[in-house]
Amino acid sequence: MNISEIKTVEHDVIVLGAGGAGLRAAIECSMEGLSTGLVCKSLLGKAHTVMAEGGVAASLANVDTRDHWKVHFRDTMRGGKFLNNWRMAELHAREAPARVRELEEWGAVFDRTKSGLINQRNFGGHRYPRLAHVGDRTGLEIIRTLQDHGIHQGIDIYMECTGLDLIKDGDRISGMVGMWRDNGEFIIFKCRAVILATGGGGKAWKITSNSWEYTGDGYGMAYEAGAELMDMEFTQFHPTGMVWPPSVRGTLVTEGVRGEGGILTNSENKRFMYDNIPGRFAAETADSEEEANRWLAGDKDARRPPELLTRDVVARAIRKEVKAGRGSPHGGAYLDIASRRNAEDIKRKLPSMYHQFKVLAELDITNEPMEVGPTLHYFMGGVKVDANTQMTRVPGLFACGECAAGVHGANRLGGNSLSDLLVCGKLAGSGVVNYIKSINNNLNLNNVAIQKIIRSATDILNREKGENPYLIHEDLQELMQNNVGIVRTDELLSEGLDGLSNLWKKFNNVKADGASQFNPGWHQAISLRNLLVTAESVARAAKMREESRGAHTRVDFEGERDEWLQYNVVISKSNEGTMIADKVMRDEPDPELKRIAELSIEELENEVLLEKGQ
Amino acid sequence: MGLRKFKLFRGDSREGTMKDFKVEVDQGMVVLDVIHRIQSEQVGDLAVRWNCKAGKCGSCSVEINGKPKLACMTRMNEYSLEETISVRPIKTFPLIKDLVADVSWNYKQNKNIAPFTPDPDKKDNNGNYIMMQEDVDRVQEFRKCIECYLCQNVCHVLRDHDKKNEFVGPRFMIRLASLEMHPLDKADRIENIKNDYGSGMCNITRCCTDVCPEHIQITDNGIIPLKERVVDRYYDPIIWLWNKLFGKPK
Repeated sequence: MNISEIKTVEHDVIVLGAGGAGLRAAIECSMEGLSTGLVCKSLLGKAHTVMAEGGVAASLANVDTRDHWKVHFRDTMRGGKFLNNWRMAELHAREAPARVRELEEWGAVFDRTKSGLINQRNFGGHRYPRLAHVGDRTGLEIIRTLQDHGIHQGIDIYMECTGLDLIKDGDRISGMVGMWRDNGEFIIFKCRAVILATGGGGKAWKITSNSWEYTGDGYGMAYEAGAELMDMEFTQFHPTGMVWPPSVRGTLVTEGVRGEGGILTNSENKRFMYDNIPGRFAAETADSEEEANRWLAGDKDARRPPELLTRDVVARAIRKEVKAGRGSPHGGAYLDIASRRNAEDIKRKLPSMYHQFKVLAELDITNEPMEVGPTLHYFMGGVKVDANTQMTRVPGLFACGECAAGVHGANRLGGNSLSDLLVCGKLAGSGVVNYIKSINNNLNLNNVAIQKIIRSATDILNREKGENPYLIHEDLQELMQNNVGIVRTDELLSEGLDGLSNLWKKFNNVKADGASQFNPGWHQAISLRNLLVTAESVARAAKMREESRGAHTRVDFEGERDEWLQYNVVISKSNEGTMIADKVMRDEPDPELKRIAELSIEELENEVLLEKGQ
Repeated sequence: MGLRKFKLFRGDSREGTMKDFKVEVDQGMVVLDVIHRIQSEQVGDLAVRWNCKAGKCGSCSVEINGKPKLACMTRMNEYSLEETISVRPIKTFPLIKDLVADVSWNYKQNKNIAPFTPDPDKKDNNGNYIMMQEDVDRVQEFRKCIECYLCQNVCHVLRDHDKKNEFVGPRFMIRLASLEMHPLDKADRIENIKNDYGSGMCNITRCCTDVCPEHIQITDNGIIPLKERVVDRYYDPIIWLWNKLFGKPK
């Protein structure tokens, strides 16, 4: 392979991934005058953000004037079971309103209140109606707005191009090797910084709301380049995925259904969430259907229905009902909006849910309840970055959005992902701008490293025979679903790690048929490295954390353990090339942030009232 | 549901042909599921574009038995058990491989459109833009577009006459309509709509509207009102006379 024959392009910064986080980061870099390349596996505008439904959380206080960043921050910390990075959660809550208003400046058209402001809806774990939304297609609105704004900012966009691996000069990032999906040719990006905005790795599981793109590319690339992964054990199972028919099992049903008043029942027609209210949330959750009905009717003194508890709680409760034999015919729970809202309201507020069930399940949600069950949806964990700059421990390597860890702790609140990607996307952009000012310009590309990256991709095509990439992927999905699922034990996880080491062996001999031109089998095979790094890091971290917190449930270590609140599990690659997990002591929180998070809601509401009165 | 017969296009821009496949189909499957099964069990390098598998991203546009559709939202039980289902790539854009076409032309059109330009005077004292829901309903209808380009694929101007130099196509007519009808936007694109984007090329056959998976009234709510705005500006006899006598308004 002669490297001089491969096209090399030069930019100040390469952003990998063009969902909300990548687009927002690229816009920031470009607006600050950096030459910016945006590289994405799909066509522009098709990334995962487009599937986000319910809304973007921001304390605009348009619908409930009591809202304030401090309440959003407190909700986020409580939802994350206090394992969130305090500073990140603060920045997220503080800056989300400005980021949402900025979208309006760029052409977004959110649903309106009666007085013409951005409307906000209720969601799980949020004290007030806080989610700016457009029906149930908020993600589409956000990605299209960023896309239509971004294409006029001088960003060079490389569509349907896969990032393979990073190149370093000494300890610093100096480039990335990519591959064009359409013709299979390679491309070398020379740059001074890379922002990873590649989302999560849900495609390692069988039942997931994630698409083929979610193969943990950022995790794999960062890990190989010497960065750390953190909180990987916290994988969010969204409580409401479709369960029937089998071919759409896992497809997301928005939390907006419950935000609009939808209720969960079992086969005995019982609202089982009343039996599943954790102590921490009891004071803020309705304890009778009568109170929940008043809340739905708009009574601000009524407490929220238990269906709007955080996702970890609801997902476990549905699983419990199914296990106890009280599930729906296809192994889920019933989600009923038909008896709560009239058909016209449902079609207006939840149009794509109506359409999705009508077409894919032949079910009219304005008439009948849906059947839903947990689906792997989101990674709270990810690449470990600095809270203010989003930079990893590798100089020049940044990460933001779902790809990065910290904002959400042990469990993410619905709506906090779209706000995270806007806030942290911008922070990563600013981080790169400052980093590039601080370094000298002469960075070199390491040809040996480039050759190695390209060879590991081409070997997959050139092998005489080997393992089928689709089958390795199916085995991985089966393994993660069974052994690293919603409920975990040491035994299951150890077995899972053994299974993974077998899959690593198969991967080392993977063979794709056909040529290099648009070859999904080859693409699948290439992505397996990242999927396996992702899967192994989740399993190792889950084995190490001997407690149950948020989305991580260990039946052999039930309940939260105070000792474990002091630690994050951090994954890195050892000098010998093996994966290691470490228990790393967390920093002490800022006392003021700790105070806010620990106030009772009444105390905080009074404080905010006084502040707003001034 | 048993074995079903499929014909899929296999090939690239140089050569290609329809190939036969027999495949086991389960209850509830959509056409995309079957394509994926053929891919993982029979032809590992079969190219198909997809993402969300729920009709939200607009990636998997193909022609199924001659009809332009999203493969992820086309259920197998729409077809009789004996029927052979044939799937081809969308025809209007150059083929890359198998079921994947090169749609990059569309991205170039979007880049040529003057971006959203908000009028800062429309902010209230608290810095909020005020827009009433009834004033944004129409714009929101256009913004439902998932850019599947099925409308572009069936537009006669683009498909049969290949006048891609003269007309941006229905997708970008509604993009333009969403900007022109946006209550906060102050840019004026009417001259470009007439001269550069080719509003006169559309002869209102409504084929685009028929295939829109989001059921956007592309022709009636988007293209026709834009045509009317062009007519009002350039062909209204009174305005024409006025402009002749007193010059065009700025």
